[in-house]
Amino acid sequence: MSKITISSNLAVSDNGFLFLPSTGESFTLNPIGKLILTALKEGKEQKQVIDLITKEYDIDKSSAEKDLEDFISQLKNHKLIIEQ
Amino acid sequence: MDKKIYERPLIIKQQSGLMNKFGSSTINAPVTEIDRVPVKDIVEKFGSPVFAFSERKIRNNQREMFRIFKTRYPKVQFAWSYKTNYMNAICSIFHQEGSWAEVVSEFEYEKARQLGVEGEHIIFNGPAKTAAGLERAIKERAKIHIDHFDELYLLIELTEKLNLTADVAIRVNMDVGIYPKWDRFGFNYENGEADQALKRIVLNDKLNLIGLHTHIGTYIMSTEPYKIAATKLVVLANKLKENHNITLDYIDMGGGLPSKNTLKGQYLEAEQILPSYEQYAEAITSPFFNLTMPPNEFPTLIIESGRALIDDAGFLISSVIANKRLSDGRRAVIIDAGVNLMFTSFWFKHRVAPGQNAGSFTENSSLYGPLCMNIDCIREEIVLPALKKGELVVIMNVGSYSVTQWMQFISMRPNIVLVTEEEEAVLIRANENLEYLTSLEVVPEKLKTFTLH
Repeated sequence: MSKITISSNLAVSDNGFLFLPSTGESFTLNPIGKLILTALKEGKEQKQVIDLITKEYDIDKSSAEKDLEDFISQLKNHKLIIEQ
Repeated sequence: MDKKIYERPLIIKQQSGLMNKFGSSTINAPVTEIDRVPVKDIVEKFGSPVFAFSERKIRNNQREMFRIFKTRYPKVQFAWSYKTNYMNAICSIFHQEGSWAEVVSEFEYEKARQLGVEGEHIIFNGPAKTAAGLERAIKERAKIHIDHFDELYLLIELTEKLNLTADVAIRVNMDVGIYPKWDRFGFNYENGEADQALKRIVLNDKLNLIGLHTHIGTYIMSTEPYKIAATKLVVLANKLKENHNITLDYIDMGGGLPSKNTLKGQYLEAEQILPSYEQYAEAITSPFFNLTMPPNEFPTLIIESGRALIDDAGFLISSVIANKRLSDGRRAVIIDAGVNLMFTSFWFKHRVAPGQNAGSFTENSSLYGPLCMNIDCIREEIVLPALKKGELVVIMNVGSYSVTQWMQFISMRPNIVLVTEEEEAVLIRANENLEYLTSLEVVPEKLKTFTLH
């Protein structure tokens, strides 16, 4: 699993509202989406993020990993990830 | 400490300027139970996918529609359109509610007879009646609706051969201002063909003309065509009385009333644009008051409504097999029920709801069936909450045509259950198995062995 770098100028509000000043686009995140994005922004590795989710939520590791991969592909799709 | 409930992580891009000003909700509330029977329990007991029909809904629909017509014209008779859904249990509910049987093939005719419907309560429609089928219908005094001249002459031959009279009506097609014009069935009104057929029948003492029939189309979205059709049949009925002193037993206005399903390409939801059933009934019944015979001789109005009575009583409960992303980033949800079970999804945007409580975050998705065929798409574009593998999806308004037009293709056809008025799910058709399917196959002797390397 590689380390993901999130675009640094993202603004995320407490209730999951996300604003990208460079393009003016806005997004909403559900609570788990917000948790993941915040963790990735803090520089956490994917493995650490999965631990974080499974500790807090009622979900097994493999499902969390599958969903995290999918979420990262959504972030890529919205161009919110800086490709290494 | 209990852990929090998990929901798949989602990020939704906000878009402005795309609101529907009519404000209809595009997201369906979860359907967790059918008449207080949890859909989860139905799947646990009968597997997934599974069709479920609500007995209560069917009876309520039938009683409500009957009331709507009866309050406008007192002599009304319903005939259940077998092809819409000919599961024995479903037909029996309609017969318990007083409906006759409307059949369009010998197979359907036999089904009605096996259920205990007497010939005189069967309306025999359709363009493909055989000599054997007609002979039986004559003997059992079914109401034979003649579709074309070849059938009329065959009927004349048969009545002579059997030395019996037959109770007949003709199907009339006509221009009611809509497209497509269903002129392939019956005798045309405008070009005088219907008059000619009626004259031929009246001149024959073995054919007992008892009615007129029309069926102008299906999913008719306005009331005016029905008014035109009823007006034209009333003109024919008046002429028969005046010229031949024939009093008809009935005028059969067919069916074609739309259900609450929305057609593909239709922007607004069906409920928002379709007239009410009261408006349809008004259009159908009001021309009847131009009949010129004494009121005690007024014919019975027969209604052969199908989809309008059963569509919203049918549910297809299925499970999520997988979630994936399409190349453009769109979510694709694969469920275990495909177009093989829902032929109707080729033209209807069936409503789809989660089968359990779902989160408030939704995503634009495509909903695919399990077939390894590109055409197996239930909804190209639908807003769905995050669904996990194994979670339930309920497809609504699948009561009509689904379980008669379904195909045994790639996979077997599943169980059908009835949720009874007593709030119990009972099996009304068992799922197919390999033995059942191959029991009809024959393998020639020389093909019975082979060696593979």
